[in-house]
Amino acid sequence: MEQIKKVPITFYIRRFDPAADEEPRIQQYVLQVEKGMTVLDCIHMIKEEQDPSLAFRFSCRMGVCGSCAMLINGRPTLACNTQTLDLTDSVLTVAALPNFNIIRDLVPDLVPMFGVHQRVKPYIIRKDAREMEKPSAEYFQSPHQLEEFLQFTYCIKCGVCMAACPTMATDRQYPGPMALTQVYRYNTDSRDDGGGERKDLVAKSHGVFGCHYAGECSNACPKGVDPARAIQLLKRDLVRDYLHLGKDHACARIHPLPPNAERKPKIEAPPFTAGA
Amino acid sequence: MRETRQFDNHLGIIGWLGGGRWGIERYLYIIHRVAGLGILLFFMMHIFESSVRIFGPESWDTAMDVLAHPVFKLGEFVVFFGFAFHALNGLRLILIELGFAVGKAEEPVYPYRSSLNVQRPLMIVVMVIAAVLILAGGMNIFVLD
Amino acid sequence: MRETSGWIWFIIAGIVIFILGGLHMMTVHMNAILGIFNPAAGDAVDWENVSWRSRNLFFTVTYIFLLAAVLYHGFFGLRTILFELGPSRGAQRFITKFLWCAGIVLFVIGTYAAIAARSIGKVL
Repeated sequence: MEQIKKVPITFYIRRFDPAADEEPRIQQYVLQVEKGMTVLDCIHMIKEEQDPSLAFRFSCRMGVCGSCAMLINGRPTLACNTQTLDLTDSVLTVAALPNFNIIRDLVPDLVPMFGVHQRVKPYIIRKDAREMEKPSAEYFQSPHQLEEFLQFTYCIKCGVCMAACPTMATDRQYPGPMALTQVYRYNTDSRDDGGGERKDLVAKSHGVFGCHYAGECSNACPKGVDPARAIQLLKRDLVRDYLHLGKDHACARIHPLPPNAERKPKIEAPPFTAGA
Repeated sequence: MRETRQFDNHLGIIGWLGGGRWGIERYLYIIHRVAGLGILLFFMMHIFESSVRIFGPESWDTAMDVLAHPVFKLGEFVVFFGFAFHALNGLRLILIELGFAVGKAEEPVYPYRSSLNVQRPLMIVVMVIAAVLILAGGMNIFVLD
Repeated sequence: MRETSGWIWFIIAGIVIFILGGLHMMTVHMNAILGIFNPAAGDAVDWENVSWRSRNLFFTVTYIFLLAAVLYHGFFGLRTILFELGPSRGAQRFITKFLWCAGIVLFVIGTYAAIAARSIGKVL
């Protein structure tokens, strides 16, 4: 079997052990890296062969769960999506995602991000609560209406945009690109009627106007969600709303059944359970 | 769950500066901020300095003689530079932040194109106009005046 | 809502500065190339040119508008930058009030100067 070419890469990994360290320190590892190994593969190998105490998050290892977001060579990105030998032939620095507290080594505390996501009500809100709880039929939505917000549904909540945003670096109250994009996504969804509630959450001090279009969120996003676009469109909507320009679109209505349609017997939805 | 001590990993003001491997728009953002603060600082002085004219030609000429010193000439150019950049980049930001230059939402297909790609021609035009104005201003201040 | 309206005025002030400030920059810093609003030959800051503009109603009015726009735009921007550094609620209220007061004081000073300057350089 022919010899697979391996390149020795030096990894500088920023470690932090809350029981032992006052602040993070850099630890050096040397690894023989083959073409095709992602940064996540390399970190796994380091943990297996050299240092079992290295802590990091991962799950799907194919760029759809968002667990392995970290700062690689100064840029926040998904470790499983990044080919090591594409970035370097000698040295690679790996650190935890900035703008979040570090729990340990490469593991950031994402609870604040999930908290702000919850606070912007990322679900369909309708005024007819009875229909929402016990739906009688589907809501109509055309492909054109779907296209207006589909891009922003691809968000995997990895936190890379939050790490890249300069406003997130200093302003703890700023919702961040992910939450603002989800506000726009739900406000623009024709099935949703909760635009007013969400707009009040972001049209205040430390809200959406904290974005100054540095554009790094869109640059860094691993799924092409383009949060910068969503935020500017959100600002446009807020201005239009304030100046009472633009048409008020009616909320999507229930799609009436064809006259001779039959439905399968209704399956009762489980009782509504609130979050913990 | 046992509560462990966490390390605050916010970047602070350094996070405004970026550094390496960031897109150009990130740097335009920080230069825009610095220029804005610089112009504001200058303006605080300018209100008082230009008001000297109400005291008559002698006071005005004295003030202008002080300001003819090369350091102030350089300062004049720096302010002009800052104003030209901030005004033109500001125009670009107005168009972007009101949703005109960011394009419509489109389904992401790899390699992803974002609103940054859509606004790039605008950014180039704006930077070229700013460069032309800055050169013209520099010529005016240092060579022709 | 208040933040939205504050931001919209910030944009409007920016556009006013683009036009009037741009005109000012061209008058004063590009006079050798463009030569506008400088009836007397020489520098834009020569007494003859300055007093001509000061007596001109168009310049008095536009300078006052420009002053208001610059103070609003500049102080709103400064307030935005300061707020992003994470001051407490009380500090935020203080910053807003202080900048409003400073802005009004400077506006009064500048407007007084613009109006007082209308009587300079008149031939006796």
